[in-house]
Amino acid sequence: MSAITSDTFAPPAAPPKRAPKPRRGGFNVRKLTVALAAYLIAMIFILPYAEMVITALRPKNELLSPGYLPKHWDFSNFTSIWKSGFGGSLGASLKVAGGATLLVLLVALPAAYYTARRRFRGRSLFLLLVLATQMFQPAAMLVGIQREFINFDLPSPILSLILVNAGFNLAFAVWILNAYFSSIPAELEEAAMVDGTGRLGALTRITLPLALPGIVTALIFTFIGAWNEFLVALTLTLGQPASKQTLTVQINSYIGQYSIDWGHLFAGSVIATLPVIALFAVIEGKVVSGLTAGSIK
Amino acid sequence: MANQPTRTSRTVRALAPLLWIGPAVALIAVVVLWPVVVMIQTSFKHISPDGFDLGSAGTKNYRDLFNESALGGVLIRTVIWVVVVVAVTMALSLGLAQLFNQRFPGRRVARWALIAPWAASVMMTALIFRWALNAGSGVINVFLHDIGVLNHLGSNQADWLGRPTSAFVWMMVVAIFVSLPFTTYALLAGLQTIPHEVYEAARVDGSSHWRTYLSITLPLLRPALIVATLINVINVFNSFPIIWEMTRGGPGYETSTTTPFMYLLKQSYIGESAAISVINFGIVIVIVLLFLRMTKWREQVSN
Repeated sequence: MSAITSDTFAPPAAPPKRAPKPRRGGFNVRKLTVALAAYLIAMIFILPYAEMVITALRPKNELLSPGYLPKHWDFSNFTSIWKSGFGGSLGASLKVAGGATLLVLLVALPAAYYTARRRFRGRSLFLLLVLATQMFQPAAMLVGIQREFINFDLPSPILSLILVNAGFNLAFAVWILNAYFSSIPAELEEAAMVDGTGRLGALTRITLPLALPGIVTALIFTFIGAWNEFLVALTLTLGQPASKQTLTVQINSYIGQYSIDWGHLFAGSVIATLPVIALFAVIEGKVVSGLTAGSIK
Repeated sequence: MANQPTRTSRTVRALAPLLWIGPAVALIAVVVLWPVVVMIQTSFKHISPDGFDLGSAGTKNYRDLFNESALGGVLIRTVIWVVVVVAVTMALSLGLAQLFNQRFPGRRVARWALIAPWAASVMMTALIFRWALNAGSGVINVFLHDIGVLNHLGSNQADWLGRPTSAFVWMMVVAIFVSLPFTTYALLAGLQTIPHEVYEAARVDGSSHWRTYLSITLPLLRPALIVATLINVINVFNSFPIIWEMTRGGPGYETSTTTPFMYLLKQSYIGESAAISVINFGIVIVIVLLFLRMTKWREQVSN
């Protein structure tokens, strides 16, 4: 794995030598075309979400008037939404995503560390299990998940959702953490132990801080995955009170049998997306390396 | 690492790995593997719509499934869904990765915008498009009307999601849209692993841009391409929120692929839904085996 990790965790491509520059004029025109094309595409990617914000801010009486922008801006969706149980769902989503992330941390960290440092019987089998289940998604086994968790009869669907989200995000976390731990030379730990630090001290003072970017990346991917998950949450929390439904299910509930409450639906979506944007900002620049360590090698 | 002499007994040493990887194995077993067993059992059982086990059903669930007149259409749509969405996603992502790998001012911000569909939950993106395709006032229709593609707002022509074929095309557009960020970023990661010297050599040889791309970039990008393709195949095959939020798979099952079909069946015929799930899972297994083969799992696992 060493060859891979050295690629993966090297700073983002900074070619040692710049390409020999073509004639100055041609170079600028080309650069300008590239930049304009990229800006245009970036705008297309943002537009649907701009429409989401705009609709959330449209007054009710302008909802069905065909125009790109409303004549008046109305922030009332963002205040009235809290009366519809949205706060309870926000809490439920925090519990589910936070709980799943914590569980993944507790379970993935030792497994990834041990498989990176030791050779033991069953190691290959374990890594194969991790690699294979990384490709599994709840959709294909939803009926089994639903029936299994009915039988478990856990006190709250929140607990079921924590388990399911942790289980399906575990493989990716183990894989990426394993890559990070493998890239940290064991000699560093051994040196610290020679200096009188115990094994645990070496682990907490040397290895964990060095692996921190990987740990943060794995945890954030888990959190976002659980936060945005829809199908299992819909299946396991249907008919539950809003305080036990996650945000995606709550947002879906603004779709009534005969009418759709678009204003609250999109106001809720905006609020639900903000934490994700903040988290992506934290791992900025590691998205690519996270992916690389996770699957593309 | 060499085995260090320790004072612990042999039994403890043999059990040590279990202490470290045991919780992970247990979690995967309970949450990921056991549902498969339950699902296969369920597919041979007679289950009442409210979930009561009414005993064995033999192969009746499978026979019922194969007698569903909608099944053929659902399967054909699933193949079209996966092939079209993945193929177009890969082609567009190759272009996007190439573009966003260039240096230009503001590249960081532009790359950020690309993440948007990845940050929002897919169900939200699907709902935005459903809203924007509203026949009378949806912003996509307003735009199509302004550029003259659409004659009248609120007309039948504008009701894209009301007709199965045009609804399915629009849902494929959304599926491609939400697949692009991951794929582009995966290919960008692949591009960054190509050593710069290779390009220098090509330039010295006087190769044209296209020639260089076809004979150097693409072959070196192959591993990233294959893995990104397979991950997309899995994602797109399992996709539920887009179809669910835009048409609920209807009218009837006319815009369903196998995943929404499974979900719709589950509401009243749990056993039959388990049967289609078993088939879905079989397909997933084939894709996973391909993935393991392509990623050369032995090399990854053994060093």
